[in-house]
Amino acid sequence: MSGGARLENANPVIFQRSGDRLLTAAEADEDVHDPIDDREIFDILFLLQRPSNDVKDAESIVSVEFTPTIPHCSMATLIGLSIKVKLLRSLPDRFKIDVHITPGTHASEEAVNKQLADKERVAAALENSSLLEVVNQCLSTRSI
Amino acid sequence: MENLSLVQRLSAHPDSRCWYVSWSPSGTLLASCGGDKTIRIWGREGDSWICKSVLQDGHQRTVRKVAWSPCGYYLASASFDATTCIWKKMNDEFETLTVLEGHENEVKCVAWAPSGNLLATCSRDKSVWVWEVDQEDEYECVTVMNSHTQDVKHVVWHPTQELLASASYDNSICIYKEEDDDWECRATLQGHTSTVWSLSFDATGERLASCSDDRTVKVWKEFPNESGQSDLSWKCVCTLSGHHGRTVYDVAWCRLTGALATACGDDAVRVFKEDESGNPNEPVFSLAAQVTKAHSQDVNCVAWNPKEPGLLASCSDNGEIAIWKFQELWTTKLVSY
Repeated sequence: MSGGARLENANPVIFQRSGDRLLTAAEADEDVHDPIDDREIFDILFLLQRPSNDVKDAESIVSVEFTPTIPHCSMATLIGLSIKVKLLRSLPDRFKIDVHITPGTHASEEAVNKQLADKERVAAALENSSLLEVVNQCLSTRSI
Repeated sequence: MENLSLVQRLSAHPDSRCWYVSWSPSGTLLASCGGDKTIRIWGREGDSWICKSVLQDGHQRTVRKVAWSPCGYYLASASFDATTCIWKKMNDEFETLTVLEGHENEVKCVAWAPSGNLLATCSRDKSVWVWEVDQEDEYECVTVMNSHTQDVKHVVWHPTQELLASASYDNSICIYKEEDDDWECRATLQGHTSTVWSLSFDATGERLASCSDDRTVKVWKEFPNESGQSDLSWKCVCTLSGHHGRTVYDVAWCRLTGALATACGDDAVRVFKEDESGNPNEPVFSLAAQVTKAHSQDVNCVAWNPKEPGLLASCSDNGEIAIWKFQELWTTKLVSY
């Protein structure tokens, strides 16, 4: 944040960044099926924030819970949409992707969750070029 | 036990979503629409279904739904670009006849009344519009109804009367009727606990099936009104729960066989049959057939062919259409007698 701007969250929770994933021989072997796991989802999303994941590779289900910085965070829908888009673009098509706000952490939790779960509204939102640009900005890789 | 067998798979809208399919009234053509902004018309040649025409340049964004007029000469398409297109069929070609504008944002559904003189549209702008069609193919909006508090997902007409039903993101269903030149919501059906995605009347129109994000299908029935008011009285007589693993996106009631098909976000197509001995006020439906991996992604729509009993079309997020044949296997029935 640039100098002088007021911090929205004066006392953020800071997480230890996890180390690089160690490549195993099995992972390098093209013939071995690597199930998509928690770590993979975290690696895909780590620039956004630390979510809690529930990954079921065999059932092709990924659910991600994210915690907005403050209960009135006006960016919650956009953050949720960005997480959803990032996963839609990164995971195989077979996956069902559920993105929710961590229960009890946002004033409009139910409304945001319902909108994120509505694929018709997500599809329409992503056809909106200005909104898509904002999502892409959220997802553009920047070095920390 | 009944059986649902695959007739054919069509890559209908490659690299895109196929949102909806609709059979022409004669059952000879199938229209599909999708995220690629096109409408495709499919027809049977020999034993297989092939693409007869592609309708492009009608819409700037996703085409969400398509509907045939009862005469089969017109096709209406609802799009996220906030317009509804009316196409006229000239031999094998389709021409844009008119574009209906007025909704503030995404049009989610369009449906023709059984007479062909009225058309209904609904939108994310929370409104339901009824349009009147005259002899010169002119369309005029006769009413705008704002009974829902959220996004309206689907509109469907009663099979014989000028009675309209709508389903919404506000979890409710509204039923509208014209009285003294005035269209109004005459009943609000509450019961689903999340978005109602689609609706289907049975052959007589006495019952209405609804499907929802709450993973259930509900059957509603009209009851005589005790109060003597113009309001209608619809009650839920059956809830099908425990069958669907995710959102139920569509429900279709076969006018020929009475079978009820569902399209689900868990990639499955299911067919339910009503127990014949049941009480009409407490009907019981059992799962008659199920294809768990009907498509490799969400199933968005199911549609029964109006002329050929048991012929079912479904479409999916992977851009595919599948044609199925639902058959009761009489041999098993004979054994059980």
